[in-house]
Amino acid sequence: MTMLAPDAADISLAPIDKADVKIDVEDLNFYYGKTHALNGVSIPFKQNAVTALIGPSGCGKSTLLRTLNRMYALYPGHKATGRIMFDGEDILGPSVNLAMLRARIGMVFQKPTPFPMSIHDNVAFGVRLYENLPRTEMSDRVEESLRRAALWDEVKDKLHASGLGLSGGQQQRLCVARCIAVKPEVLLLDEPTSALDPISSAKLEETVTRLAADYTIVIVTHNLGQAARLSNYTGFMYLGELVEFGETGGMFTKPVTGRASDYITGRFG
Amino acid sequence: MEHTVRAYDAELDAITAELARMGGLAEAEVADSIRAIARRDMALAESVIGRDAHLDSLELEIERKVIRLIALRQPVADDLRRAVAAMKISANLERCGDLAKNIAKRALVIAQGDLATSLTSSIERMGELVTTRLKDVLDAVAARDVERAVDVWLHDHEVDEHYDAIFRELLTYMMGDPRMIASCAHLLFAAKNLERIGDHATNIAEILHYEITGVELIEQRPKSDSLEPS
Repeated sequence: MTMLAPDAADISLAPIDKADVKIDVEDLNFYYGKTHALNGVSIPFKQNAVTALIGPSGCGKSTLLRTLNRMYALYPGHKATGRIMFDGEDILGPSVNLAMLRARIGMVFQKPTPFPMSIHDNVAFGVRLYENLPRTEMSDRVEESLRRAALWDEVKDKLHASGLGLSGGQQQRLCVARCIAVKPEVLLLDEPTSALDPISSAKLEETVTRLAADYTIVIVTHNLGQAARLSNYTGFMYLGELVEFGETGGMFTKPVTGRASDYITGRFG
Repeated sequence: MEHTVRAYDAELDAITAELARMGGLAEAEVADSIRAIARRDMALAESVIGRDAHLDSLELEIERKVIRLIALRQPVADDLRRAVAAMKISANLERCGDLAKNIAKRALVIAQGDLATSLTSSIERMGELVTTRLKDVLDAVAARDVERAVDVWLHDHEVDEHYDAIFRELLTYMMGDPRMIASCAHLLFAAKNLERIGDHATNIAEILHYEITGVELIEQRPKSDSLEPS
């Protein structure tokens, strides 16, 4: 039995005060060769808040995430049009320094990607690309990053052991530490717990919640419970469009659009 | 549209069906308790008192099913509102049953006295009104009809007005003939219980409104307060 109001809206996008927006995506279109993967997406990402992107497989949520630090530029034939304003500058503009952009907008992937080096060096690696820190300052930076990633207590006695020897959940938090060591402003998380066990997932969620005070976080997740627990705002995407965007509490108690309602209640997707 | 996991729909439907059964039983209990007073029918009163335990066990059953659903399915949005509403409505119905049972107990006492029929017929009329309210709101629940629920909600004051009239009527009788005080006091409590059942019907209307629309009914209802000096 469906309980949608017959007049359920087709698209519903709640506005956010422009002053609070860290990244403002405006009319973004994305093409994988001839495939039109994103169709006129406009979505604001609020400063110091967690925004979750949800939707069925192939809806474009990971594509959207990858445009935010121009990860797509690594592949030929990929093209984005529209504007992605990041502190007043268009990320899609030709003059953007990609290395600097990715230092300011860090990313953590689905599977943990530790480098084959020590825990300490994993975290220090990115920092060395951008900064030349004296040894003691570097140690402080590594410790601070590991603490923020809620991993310090588990690894402080084996900083020079290989990062590959950690558990999957620890490896993922190591990747978070490596990401925040370069002091980014935005964190992009692409299904960061999909390869983790429930306890490790909970620890990573706790880490993300704590980081939200200082960072703008965008998370793509297939786990609706995780989106509900972690995020302040949720965007529901379908077939390359942003169908509904609003506060997470509202989205999960009273979605406005029929498609978002059907998806989050487990009726399709 | 159905859930991808069919068993989920079956569980939600089972809760709805149980709630419908509970509604039918509560409605009958209320109607019979009033009939027991009007007809001085002690057997009927005893039957109402005996039946109430069934209503209590149905409420527990609904609560158990909803808690299980929340634990196993993590319902959200309209599913969550539907599950929570079922639990809240069943609690209101359980209270209606308790109040009917209390009316039935008083019916036993009243049947042994020699109250004038005119007095119990006022209660009977109020009882009919309240039973209709309860029936209307339960029909609205079954049909998922928000407008009908709002209609019940808007007319709550009629029950209150009835109660105020009975209150004055009984007061007059008690002053006129002190031997009537015990029986009249029982009738007064019966009327108060009916008024509370009317309130539960109103609550159910509010719960249904939230369940279906996701929005609370907030406007000020027309109120008549029996505690206000008139």
